[in-house]
Amino acid sequence: MKTLNPVFVIKVAIHLCALTPLLFNYYWSITDQNGADPVKAIIHFTGIGALNILLLTLLVSPSAKFFKLGWLMQTRRLIGLYCFFYACCHLLNFWWFELGFQVSLFIEELIKRPYIWLGMSGFVILFLLAITSPHSVRRKLGKNWQRLHYWIYPASILVWIHFYWSRKADISEPFLYLTVILILLALRKQKLKNWIRFR
Amino acid sequence: MKIIKSNRSQFKDHQITDEDIFNNKRDFLKKMGFVGAGSLITSPSHAGLFDWLKSDDTPPKKDPEPPKPLNFKALDKSGFELTPEQKVTHYNNFYEFGTSKQDPSEHAHNLTTNPWELTISGLVEQKITLNYEDLFKRFALEERVYRLRCVEAWSMVIPWVGFSLADLLKQAGVSSGAKYVSFKTLHRPSEMRGQSSRLIGGSIPYPYTEGLRIDEAMNPLAFLAVGLYGKSLPNQNGAPIRLVVPWKYGFKSIKSITEIKLSKIMPKTTWNLSAPNEYGFYANVNPDVDHPRWSQASERLITSGGLFDQQRIKTLPFNGYAEQVAHLYKDMDLRRHF
Repeated sequence: MKTLNPVFVIKVAIHLCALTPLLFNYYWSITDQNGADPVKAIIHFTGIGALNILLLTLLVSPSAKFFKLGWLMQTRRLIGLYCFFYACCHLLNFWWFELGFQVSLFIEELIKRPYIWLGMSGFVILFLLAITSPHSVRRKLGKNWQRLHYWIYPASILVWIHFYWSRKADISEPFLYLTVILILLALRKQKLKNWIRFR
Repeated sequence: MKIIKSNRSQFKDHQITDEDIFNNKRDFLKKMGFVGAGSLITSPSHAGLFDWLKSDDTPPKKDPEPPKPLNFKALDKSGFELTPEQKVTHYNNFYEFGTSKQDPSEHAHNLTTNPWELTISGLVEQKITLNYEDLFKRFALEERVYRLRCVEAWSMVIPWVGFSLADLLKQAGVSSGAKYVSFKTLHRPSEMRGQSSRLIGGSIPYPYTEGLRIDEAMNPLAFLAVGLYGKSLPNQNGAPIRLVVPWKYGFKSIKSITEIKLSKIMPKTTWNLSAPNEYGFYANVNPDVDHPRWSQASERLITSGGLFDQQRIKTLPFNGYAEQVAHLYKDMDLRRHF
């Protein structure tokens, strides 16, 4: 019997883990079973989901190195794309269900609210990373591809500030997130230094 | 007292979530094994990723005391599109029990509300102490439907039962020097988990305090509620007695009050202390003065209905109660005194 390719198994698991809770949450929100405010519930779910997946993406290469599992790297692109997918849902939820698709209100909020333009700039970075993720584009970009993709680190900070700023009080959770982000960045201290110096 | 416009016709009865389904959702979640597996990637929208770090030292669970039916002058509510009771009682900001919207309904049953003591003191002619029974018997109870506008830009339409704050203050007798009224929430960390842990309680100063100017407090709209939907208040809604000031943002409507004090000086208020640039003393609902982080020009009215059936409405000055209260502020710059 042919043994299953671990990359394939993990990828199937990633699809399931990312899509199942998302579909359930949409189902609950659409049928008004997601707490008293189904809009807030789905906006928060997709927002914090995107941040969680972003952190998972950053965890892939340290884990691959530490556990000497090179093939893990082959799953990173898929996880990263799901981060972008959740971020798209988050943005769409805000615009559609919170603001009722009003373009003027959306633009006004975008300009007026620093916490929204921080989130938005994080989103723009994720968008650029997502459209440059196909292998063919990567080959075309050559060395610039890596340069561009280092922007995931500033993105993680931007998204974190966006999260922190959205809180009324209770900042313990954002600070635990910050700790995790700083640890993940510290693991790549040298890489970051080089990037900042030669950018 | 008819206070808000009717739009009952937009309200679809079939959209009210069946209570069983609503309550069973969590069980269903658990049965799907989803809480365990799913939370590896995304925390369920109902719980923080780090909730497991927050130790839960609450004493063994007490059975929640079921709200008791009240005797009151009922209002004809047929003209109102009310927020369903289930949503009014399961979507609360009451940081004493945790900062998420469903924490209060999950943890407030630990609170003992009977016996209770509410004192009215300070610059009054006669100090009054009301016990639990007095809260329901001393004053004739009436029903009022008010829209509660949260500073977070959502609102609910709620049928309260209670009496005018002015009735109580008149009974105590307002001394001539009294300019402000301050209110204090119960401080009992043993039953209020947010007060015993900064991690749970959002690091705001406790006990929660609020205040009104004396003319605001004497306005007939200012209301002390002891019930909602015809029954005594569930703990998570501020049992046994809470303030309802419908022309101000919801955080002014302090819950589970133990102390009312009349004074000469403006009292310190909790949200103003924690973020003075975001929350003022007056906190009048005002579509022209935005919160620094979001617009206050419109709000989402929470009634029933899922994602595709949302109502976003324009926020009205003084939450639609301008006729009754605007004169209180006629010489004030409400941009400065937000």
